[in-house]
Amino acid sequence: MVILEVQNLSVNYLTDDGTALRAVEDLSFELEQGRSLGLVGESGCGKTTAMLGVLRLLPAEGRIVSGEVRYKGVDLLRLSEREMRKYRWNRIAIVFQGAMNALNPVRRVGDQIAEAILLHRAAPDKQAAYKRVAELLELVGITPERARQYPHQYSGGMRQRAMIAMALACSPDILIADEPTTALDVMIQAQILNLLQKLQQELGLSIILVTHDLGVVAEICDDVLVMYGGKTAEYASVDTIYNEPLHPYTQRLLRAFPDVENPASDLASIPGYPPPLDALPPGCRFEPRCHCKSDICAVESPPLLAVKPGHYVACHQVTPFDRRVL
Amino acid sequence: MNLKHVWDTFRRKPMAMVGLFMLLSVVLVAILAPWLAPYDPKEQVEVRPEDILAPPDAEHLLGRDDAGKDVLSQLIYGARISLLVGFTASFMSMFIGATVGLLAGFYGGRIGNFLMRITDFLLVIPTLPLMLVIISVWGRGIEKIILVIGLLYWTYMARLVRSQVLSIKERQFIMRARAIGAGSLRIITRHIFPQVLPLIIAQAVLDISTAIIAESSLSFLGLGDPTQVSWGMMLNFAFARAISREAWWFLLPPGFAIVWVSVALVLIGTALEEIANPRLKTHHLFNPRQMVALAETEGVTV
Repeated sequence: MVILEVQNLSVNYLTDDGTALRAVEDLSFELEQGRSLGLVGESGCGKTTAMLGVLRLLPAEGRIVSGEVRYKGVDLLRLSEREMRKYRWNRIAIVFQGAMNALNPVRRVGDQIAEAILLHRAAPDKQAAYKRVAELLELVGITPERARQYPHQYSGGMRQRAMIAMALACSPDILIADEPTTALDVMIQAQILNLLQKLQQELGLSIILVTHDLGVVAEICDDVLVMYGGKTAEYASVDTIYNEPLHPYTQRLLRAFPDVENPASDLASIPGYPPPLDALPPGCRFEPRCHCKSDICAVESPPLLAVKPGHYVACHQVTPFDRRVL
Repeated sequence: MNLKHVWDTFRRKPMAMVGLFMLLSVVLVAILAPWLAPYDPKEQVEVRPEDILAPPDAEHLLGRDDAGKDVLSQLIYGARISLLVGFTASFMSMFIGATVGLLAGFYGGRIGNFLMRITDFLLVIPTLPLMLVIISVWGRGIEKIILVIGLLYWTYMARLVRSQVLSIKERQFIMRARAIGAGSLRIITRHIFPQVLPLIIAQAVLDISTAIIAESSLSFLGLGDPTQVSWGMMLNFAFARAISREAWWFLLPPGFAIVWVSVALVLIGTALEEIANPRLKTHHLFNPRQMVALAETEGVTV
């Protein structure tokens, strides 16, 4: 069952002089119940913006210009702010990037988790809420006694787990994890990823994992959406992405990653930088850095087309399977 | 944070305890003034020429003033006025300043602009001349002095709080609070206020001494409440009438008393700030017993 359906989501940032920067353009994807989607791309390609757009938590300069975000058929973008609050955290929760900063440093961790529960009336009274806090902490592997401690008394990995516990407070269906392993060492990264997988199995969560770490994606995601310059470059199942990538960007991104089985092979970097939002190329966003471009690439932005069922690519060089647009 | 915990931490700080005892001594003196003071300063005495500005002796430990009255008794009664003005005025300015700062910082935009322009307006007006004008027009009186000081000395608190709020409200846990469904009022009171509280407390404690000094200045300039002899008023009398006679016993004690209280408040203020800010206290590595390896409980394979 499709639990979250995002269609043609576009987000602009307004600058002081009134120009609109296209941070996310025409983003579409589907999230199935109990599955996980990886949102991959370089820094500044709109991953976080897209997720904040889904939750309608964009900063004041951010504007959702078009699109639909359907949660079980309900378009979240058309709800009033009051109605939206019932969905946010209750149905869709987010673990913010840099969990260390997402905890209020002067309030006890347990109180902060209980706040989420109490604000959504997910527990009948305070006592029940704190019982739930203990359960949640246990679930993410923190001894419940530590609920009385402050964030600075936690290690980085514990804070990340506490944030995951907080995200699970109201038993959401969807968990958006925004770079949950950034700034953590490899051991802790593995712990967090295992925890996410365990939770997904136990609670039937659907997960959107925002990351630039392809290794992480390969480990836990079912589907992958590769973003570049605010647009979808390629969208397919994880096996397809890793075994038969079609978009030049995906191909080079994978080659830029170390291979465990063949560690001696050279890593290939992609020359150039992602396009700045105030000077997007007129045609394909990747055209300036692409190694197999043709004339049309500089002029016309390629549409996202299916090359085969479930495999979508936006590239002029790829022959589409049919003209069906996602 | 419960009071017992605050006290437990507070009493382990030697300087804080010194400050507390210094302040308590003054408070006690103020409360027990009728019993402690050897003479009643309001009592009419017959002045003999040799009593005027008489140097300290056994009967008058700090000598006598130009009216032949006991300086020590005046000093003891003066503590009441100075503390009363200090505490009430700083409480007022704390309340106004913190509210203005929180609202201006959190809402910004038009509300923030409006509030901060009022603050700037009050900030650039030289406070002392303004107080002089207000008091001389409005008339002298201890309650008017308190009101004027309270209404004029909140600007620094407002700016301080606002600047902190501006940076705190951009922090990620505020967005997280919004994401879990917290409204503006809740974010201000539960998430931002506790963060600026240490700052407010420290500043408020310092403001007490500022208010005491402001009152002293007003009195020193002759605009104090003539029926209530504060330390500033004593300085005024001493400066006008006794300095040329080298009557140091009249001039030094009130000055010393003001310094005494100010130092006490600064010591307490600093300590309170350290306590109210949990980040200055412990680190997660301080208690290794609680750092049980999570891999064990989790059964994580890496």
